[in-house]
Amino acid sequence: MRARVFVTLKPSVFDPQGRTIADALHSLGYGGVSDVRQGKYFELDLAATDAGEARALASEVAHKLLANPVIESYRIEID
Amino acid sequence: MKFAVIVFPGSNCDEDACHAAKDVLGQQAEYIWHKETDLKGADAVILPGGFAHGDYLRTGAMARFSPVMRAVGAFADRGGPVLGICNGFQVLLEAGLLPGAMLRNRGLKFLCEQVHIRVEQTDTPFTAACRPGQVLRLPIAHGEGNYFAPPEVVEALERRRQVIFRYTSAEGAVTSPDNPNGSVAAIAGLCNETRNVVGLMPHPERACESILGSADGLVIFESAVQSIRAGALASA
Repeated sequence: MRARVFVTLKPSVFDPQGRTIADALHSLGYGGVSDVRQGKYFELDLAATDAGEARALASEVAHKLLANPVIESYRIEID
Repeated sequence: MKFAVIVFPGSNCDEDACHAAKDVLGQQAEYIWHKETDLKGADAVILPGGFAHGDYLRTGAMARFSPVMRAVGAFADRGGPVLGICNGFQVLLEAGLLPGAMLRNRGLKFLCEQVHIRVEQTDTPFTAACRPGQVLRLPIAHGEGNYFAPPEVVEALERRRQVIFRYTSAEGAVTSPDNPNGSVAAIAGLCNETRNVVGLMPHPERACESILGSADGLVIFESAVQSIRAGALASA
């Protein structure tokens, strides 16, 4: 199975890169983009055959390594 | 006394740290490659600046998997003095030896400039020879030095006097323009609860001789020598 892990800074943590990108989009005339959060994306190929098992494993590695829980949160998709 | 200078692939201030300890201060210093598992009887450990493991994933994130970090952790647990400078500080944060994390600098730029930091506490092995409130002029060179911890953690750091250095003006005043990277509470360096592990973003090893523009960093290394001589600390 494949897990897709999206890591972004927590909402409470200021994301200066996201803000700069949002400002750039505004200067291009995209006033409809109210905010941008920049993050990281990982694809994990897993030996697991069960979606629940795959999600549990992906959550564990996201928490232990892919994200720094002090500043980042993560979201997982399994397919 | 003997300093161990840990060398990760991508470390680039290891020679500066060794030079400060050996040539300027007349102490022993030995490089320890990150794959080694023994600190060779060192009295103090320095994690130098640089880009350990290429800063892959996050600054300092991969270095905690280097074999030597197990020995550094055990040394720290026994009360041995450990100093993390710049990337070494980031490694200590990622390894969980110090609380908090680093964000990109407030202005997003890599900063390479002289700053002033105020010594907030002198009861650590790396500030013992400082005067309380002493202002040091040291260089910084980092892209991710914007120290962050949740408010309750910052409050605990203040309560336990773990904030060791703060960015200030030359006169020692905390002001927003003198905080180069946006660090919370202007924190430039901190220690662990047992006070033997210290991390800071500025580079004292690059400011140990007047020919380099400042010799203010020497007191950090002198503090380690003084503390080891006082004999209160474990050795490897």
